[in-house]
This record gives sequence, structure tokens and C-alpha cells, in this order.
Amino acid sequence: MVEPGVAAADAHAAGSEPSPFGVTSRKLAIWMFIVADAATFAALLFAYGYVRVANPDWTRPFAFWPSIANAIVMTVILLTSSLTMIGAVLAAQAGRSRDALRWLVATMGLGTLFAGLHLREWSSMIGAGWRLFRNPLGGTPLVGATFFGVTGLHLLHVVSGVAVIGVIALGYRRGRFDAGHLETTGLYWHFVDLVWMFVFPLIYLLNLR
Amino acid sequence: MFSVDHKVIGRQYLDLALVAVFTGMVLSWLMRFHLGWPDTPIPGLGKIAPGGAAGGVMTPEYYLALMTMHGTIMVFFVLTTAPFAGFGNFLLPIQVGAEDMAFPRINMMSFWVTLVAFLVLVAAFFVGDQPPLSGWTAYAPLSAVGKDAGPGQGWGQTLWAISIGIFCIAQLLGSLNFIATTLDLRTRGMSLARMPMATWAWFITAVIALVAFAVLMPACILLILDRVAGTSFFIPGGLVISDQLQPHTGGSPLLWQHLFWFFGHPEVYVAILPGFGIVSQILPVFARKPLLGPKVFIACLAAIAFLSYTVWGHHMFLSGMNPFSATLFSVPTLVITIPAAIVTLLWIGTIYGARLRFTSASLFALGFVSVFVSGGISGFFLAQPSTDIYLHGTYFVVAHFHFVMGVAAMFGIFAGTYFWFPKMFGRMMSETLGKWHFWLTFIGVYCIFMPMHYLGLAGNVRRYSAFTDDYLQPLIPLHRFITIAALVTGAAQLIFLYNLIRSRLRGPQAPDNPWEATTLEWSTSSPPPHDNFGGRRPVVTQGPNEYAVAGPGGRDYIMQAESR
Repeated sequence: MVEPGVAAADAHAAGSEPSPFGVTSRKLAIWMFIVADAATFAALLFAYGYVRVANPDWTRPFAFWPSIANAIVMTVILLTSSLTMIGAVLAAQAGRSRDALRWLVATMGLGTLFAGLHLREWSSMIGAGWRLFRNPLGGTPLVGATFFGVTGLHLLHVVSGVAVIGVIALGYRRGRFDAGHLETTGLYWHFVDLVWMFVFPLIYLLNLR
Repeated sequence: MFSVDHKVIGRQYLDLALVAVFTGMVLSWLMRFHLGWPDTPIPGLGKIAPGGAAGGVMTPEYYLALMTMHGTIMVFFVLTTAPFAGFGNFLLPIQVGAEDMAFPRINMMSFWVTLVAFLVLVAAFFVGDQPPLSGWTAYAPLSAVGKDAGPGQGWGQTLWAISIGIFCIAQLLGSLNFIATTLDLRTRGMSLARMPMATWAWFITAVIALVAFAVLMPACILLILDRVAGTSFFIPGGLVISDQLQPHTGGSPLLWQHLFWFFGHPEVYVAILPGFGIVSQILPVFARKPLLGPKVFIACLAAIAFLSYTVWGHHMFLSGMNPFSATLFSVPTLVITIPAAIVTLLWIGTIYGARLRFTSASLFALGFVSVFVSGGISGFFLAQPSTDIYLHGTYFVVAHFHFVMGVAAMFGIFAGTYFWFPKMFGRMMSETLGKWHFWLTFIGVYCIFMPMHYLGLAGNVRRYSAFTDDYLQPLIPLHRFITIAALVTGAAQLIFLYNLIRSRLRGPQAPDNPWEATTLEWSTSSPPPHDNFGGRRPVVTQGPNEYAVAGPGGRDYIMQAESR
């Protein structure tokens, strides 16, 4: 498949050797960012696993209802938002910019919904006495520390992702950005989704009471 | 000043490193003086640090603070910024025939973020009672519990963690740019196989740095959380420090060590691999012979990059790891010496039988090989848990890492400076001063660090601010010898500084290709124009190693952009 971004990049870098991966620098950079960010999350999840194994008094905070159910809904929302992002990229590549914008708005809406549900969950946990340094169930306080730490970094990625999609959508409407920009943004968004597919089982399912 | 030109950014990185390296050197002078004459006041120090060195005699805590700042400044802001970010920024785009980096704005941002990180670190000198004292490795729980742990462990240590976290972001931005530029912006004919060795080294270093700093950043965030938000990632329960029971439970100091060294070991290759590249590019120029086995060289670099992620546990043999894990980490540590040794043999093979041209640049390149081998050999002893358990807490380790990653990387920086200064500023450096600088430094570093191996074998513990135990008394004269050598060698660096400034202002005009080298930076003017090649991009027809050949005009070399 010929990528729309590549032709523009070739014109820009006339007289260059072809890129070994046949992608634009922007796309290569986002892949590199994803590699680095994956290492960051891997380090955090490693830390989570380490302190979990090291603490025999680890307590599992989540009942199926409402915590896990809520997390399942959040998972479905985030997965769906990846689908709508694909819709935006495909529409943009086909030149249907109005459809692409609609899909982008849908993606932002789903991302915001995810963040909202997440924050509601956070506030109910904080209301129940959970802190970075306190476990109301009496076990090790690292349960709260790892939960808020890992999901907090992920939530930061979701919120900044929604903001970036907003910026890209505005620029796309004004013709400053093209389908290539949508695609690289999409890569990031799918990565945020992929990280959640690790967070959900490790942080939620393994902590089912 | 806020330039997006990679050449300006490269010089900014090098200027920052120059400020940092002299700061770090003065700190080491103070430490060495104290180790030789612990009761003698240092003139002026009492005024600068009334809390840590009242009357000019430093407290043990202040000694540790100097050690921490020396290590942090040197490793992060000298050995990472100069050979990798500094020279890499200036030269990588030119060497691949590009007009600039792939993302000039991100490139500019990476420098300014680095500068912010440096300023935050320096602020630790002025905020709170003294700088932090938990070493450049910031071992927990000392680094994590806050101000109860001693002077400097309040604000100072928090600033340390913030600074290094910021530094990680800068390195990620820089690495992204290096990788994208190398892969995407090579000019026509510059296939991967024709890339100069230094470009390969910077590229592979960027790949290492990309993942290593991405792991250090969350580690710093967790450390900050432990310090300011009350979490206990790195602090075990029931800890009593300064008679205070710490309100933490459940954390593990070993977790910090795992995260830190997963970054820390690749980091030493971030410091040294650019030196590999610089030396591999300089030696053939002055030997007038092609580098022996360039493809083997690249394969070795890649092997080192991969293995660098598998050896971090060798820093933790004493930390209470499972002995089986120690064996597991020992094996790849010994294996990684194989590619390193092969690279050394390639350098020796390159200069074997050559009629060397002795310049400051080639002398420092040869010096690099010498100190890298000297430091590398002690690595064999430290790679094995059985010997490391005795040696790890001693000066043997200080000697090892200063030779192999500190001094060797510095020699790479010096070689690169003498070699590329004409290209950077359009003026030649003084060779006479350069040779004085080389011989004083070369003899000096051996006088400083060679005896430290002996100190270590004799059981001289490291990290102590003064040696009062009976069994260490016979070693004090040796410490004084090292201190004098350190003061003299440090003073010799002023020759370098003077040479830099004088040549910058009054050096003779540099020709485009003063060393008769082949790579692309030598086919453009000195200094290169804003877009590097004056509006037209070169077309590459040769590899970088065309020396000792019948070139055009009776020359013994063919430049990369020349036809045969």
C-alpha cells in the first residue's frame, strides 16, 4: 500500500537514499517514541510486580461489582475508540475529510468518556480511603501506590492523547495536517490502547477479591 | 541563540559539557585534597560552604555531597552530552550528507531541556543545607527517605531526582532525532554500508539511549513519589533513621537498583561507544590505512548494544541478590568483553605496520585505546562474583570505571575536539599545546588511576572521606601521590582550555580538509555553511575507508563524494 505521507516526504528529501523502512521520518519517530514509552510502562509494571511479590500482605481491592465491571466497560470504550481512530485514518486516506473529522470527534468523545469513568473510579476509591500511601483494607500501602501510579501514567497518556487529537483535528480541518498526521496520531492512540491491555489484567483482574 | 541549526546546537552541547567538566574537575580536586590531607583546611572553601566545610575542613557528609555531584555532573552532563549529543549533533547530519536533523525544533528543545536539567542540578548547591549525598546512583533508601537521612537529603536530593528526570526527556528527544536522521536523511549513495564509523556509533548509541533513559525516567518519578508523596516503592518497613521511625512499609531498595542499573549499564556504553566511533574514524586518517574490518566493527557495536541490557546485575553482586542470579549476570558480562576485545584488535590491526602521523588527535585516539584496554582488563576481575565480592567496595572499582568509561571517554572527546575543531570553527588548534596536553594528561591519568588498583587490592574501601583505620595508614602516602597527580593533571587541562580559546580567536585559517580525510564533512567548507553543503547535496560514491589507494591527483585517499 502506498502511504500518502511518503510522497510528500520524498519530494522534501529529493536526492536521498530511501529509508530502509519506507516510512516518513515522522512515522519512524512515533514508532521510536512508542518503543521508549513501552520501556517506561514496562519498568513501571516490573516495579508493580516486584513489590507485589515482595509483599505477602498484598490485598486485592477490587470486587467484581462495581470495580471490574467498570473496568470492563472502560476497556470496551477504549477498544472502540481505536476502531473509530482507524475509521478516521481510512476516511482521511480516501480523501473524505468530513467523515474523518466525525470519526476524530467520536474518538475524542470515547477517550473523554474513558477518562471520566476512570476519574469517577479514582474519586470513589479516594473516598473509600485509598491513597498513594494508605491502604484502607489494612495491607501494604503499595497497593494504592502502584494502582494510582500505573493507571495515573496511563490516564495522562489518554488525556494528552485526546488533546493531541483535538489539535490534529483542528489543523486537519484547516488543511495544515494531512492523512499522514492522522495516521501517526492513530499509532500513538493504538499504543495507549495496547498499554491498557496490559494494565487491565495486571492491575485489575489480578486484584479481584 | 535559540537556533535550530544542528551545528549551533552541537556547539551549545559542547559548551555546556565544558562548563560541566571543569565544575566536576574542581569537585574532584577538593575531594582528592581532602583524602590526602584530611585535617588541612582548603583556602576559601569555608566561605563557599560554611555549613559543609566550616573553616575549610569538610565534613564527611560534605565529602559525599561532592562525590555525588562529581559523579552526576560527569556521567550525565559531560560523558553523555559531549561525545554523544555534542559531536553527534554537529557531525552526524553532515556525515550522512543531510542539511539538518530530521526534526530541528525537537533538536533545539532537547538542548534547552538538558540545560534546564543542569541548572536544576546546580541549584542543589544553593538550596537547602548542602547538595545531596547518596551518590550518582542515588541508592535507596538513603535517597528516598528525605531529610532524616542527613544533610542534603531534603531539597537537594529532590532536585537531583527532578534534574535527572528532565535529563531523560532531553535524551529521548535527542535519540529519536539521531535515529530518524540516520535512517531517513542519508544523501544519495550513502548506503548504510558506506556510513562512517562515527555515524554508526552515534546511531547505535541513540538506540541504546532511547530505551535506557525511558526506564530511568519512571524510576526517578517513583523516587520523587517516595520523597514527596509518601509512597514506599524503595523504602522497607520498620526503618529507623536518625532515631526517627520512617512512616513507610513494604518497599524494596533492590527495586531501585534493578531499575537504576537497567539504565546504568547501558549508560556506560552511551558514554563510551561514541568514543569507539570517533577513534575508528580518526585512526585510519592518521595511519593512512583503511580501518580493519569495518563490518566486524559495526557488528561488535551492535552486539555490545544488545548485551548491555543483559548485564546490569553485575553492579548488584553485593546487594543481596540470589547467588544464582549473580552467575546469570556474570556470564553475559564476560561475553560482552569479546566484542570489546575484537574492536580493540581491529584498532591495533589498523595501525599495525602503518606510518603513523602523530598529531594531537591521533595521540589521543591511541591514548583512548591504551586506557580502554587498561580499564577493561580490571573488568574481568569485577565480572566474577567471587572476586567482585572482595573488590566491589574498594578503590579497585573506582580505578576500573574511571579508566574504562571516564578517562577513555574523555580521551575520545579530546581526540574528537582536536580532529574536528578546524571544521567547527574554521581555525586550527595549536599542535604544540595539544601534544603537551596529551602527554601530561596521559601520564597523569595513569599516575592517578593505576595506583588505585593497588589500593583496592590492599582493601582500601571507597566512599570514605578520610582513612583513619590502622590498616589504611600505610596507604596514605600513596593517596597523597594520587592527589598530587590529580592536581597536576587537572591543571594540565587548563592548557586545553587556553588552546581552545586562543585557537578560536587567533588560530591559523583551516583548509577544508586539513587531515586528508575521506568523510563528507571534509568536502564542505570550514566551518560549513548553514545548510552544510551550500545548496547542493553531495552524491556519495565511496565507502569511508578509502585510504592507501590511488586517488585522484596522486593522493592516497578518495573522498566519499569523489568519483574514482
